[in-house]
Amino acid sequence: MTDGIDETDRAILRVLMADGGLNAKEVGTRVGLSQPAAWRRIRRLEESGIIRGRQIVLDREKLGFGVVVFLGLRLAVKGRLDLAAFERAVQAIPEVQLVQHVLGVYDYRLKIVARDLPDFERILRRRIMTLPGIGAVESNVMLTEEKSAAPLI
Amino acid sequence: MQSVDDIDRRLLRLLQEDSGLSMAELAERAGISAGPCWRRIERMEREGIILGRRVEIDWRALGYEVQVFLRVTLDKIAPNAFDEFLRAAREVPEIGDVQTLLGRVDVRMDVRARTLAHYQEIYRSRILALPHIAEIEALMLVSELKNTERLAI
Repeated sequence: MTDGIDETDRAILRVLMADGGLNAKEVGTRVGLSQPAAWRRIRRLEESGIIRGRQIVLDREKLGFGVVVFLGLRLAVKGRLDLAAFERAVQAIPEVQLVQHVLGVYDYRLKIVARDLPDFERILRRRIMTLPGIGAVESNVMLTEEKSAAPLI
Repeated sequence: MQSVDDIDRRLLRLLQEDSGLSMAELAERAGISAGPCWRRIERMEREGIILGRRVEIDWRALGYEVQVFLRVTLDKIAPNAFDEFLRAAREVPEIGDVQTLLGRVDVRMDVRARTLAHYQEIYRSRILALPHIAEIEALMLVSELKNTERLAI
């Protein structure tokens, strides 16, 4: 799918990753394209699935969400029989932002955003530990995060 | 937390569902008129509650087939182990988001590569060369079931 991507597309992606709120005109100015040309390229990047969508970014701390925890989950052996039930249930928990099926010491990686530690404990006890097939759980509380500026593109 | 009321929260929930809503659509769905809606959004942007918009990139569609999460324990006897490790990690373009953690591991980071062979090369030449690593653990992404920054507002 990368065959159709040229340097200008990459420049557009870099500009949009730095600021996803820019419109086609502003993107065009930064990469040296007219507004319609930039619009067409952005549209094509969306249609090819490289740009999956846009999300609003909120300041979680200002909204009262002070705690981010990464969980490593292992399923109990009998739980492996019904992955679908586990996956459905875990995705439905609103405080769970990320669910990744992984290979390694854990089966799944989760990211949970909670108001504070008691709130996290409530989510862990009532929502996570009650998931079908759940086995061992490891929690790591996030202290700092540095987002990549995506120089790879 | 200071100045967010129920109507603000309703607006933020709607924008989390669909960040592309126009001011008129947003006002209508929230059941308020356009003027106050615009003022509320403008205020939340000014106060840094709304930080902006983010594009979601499909890295596999861009040709990065391999994504590995590395969980690193640092040799904390060395002074400045964290700072030196993080500074060196930032120099590796294939390393994405980096988080420092409170738990069994100290740092976690995303690594993206085009192929397994490419990953192996990065791992050997760049990752293992990072300073102060005591232990390193890898989880390889099989599939991503949920990835959102939505808050349970």
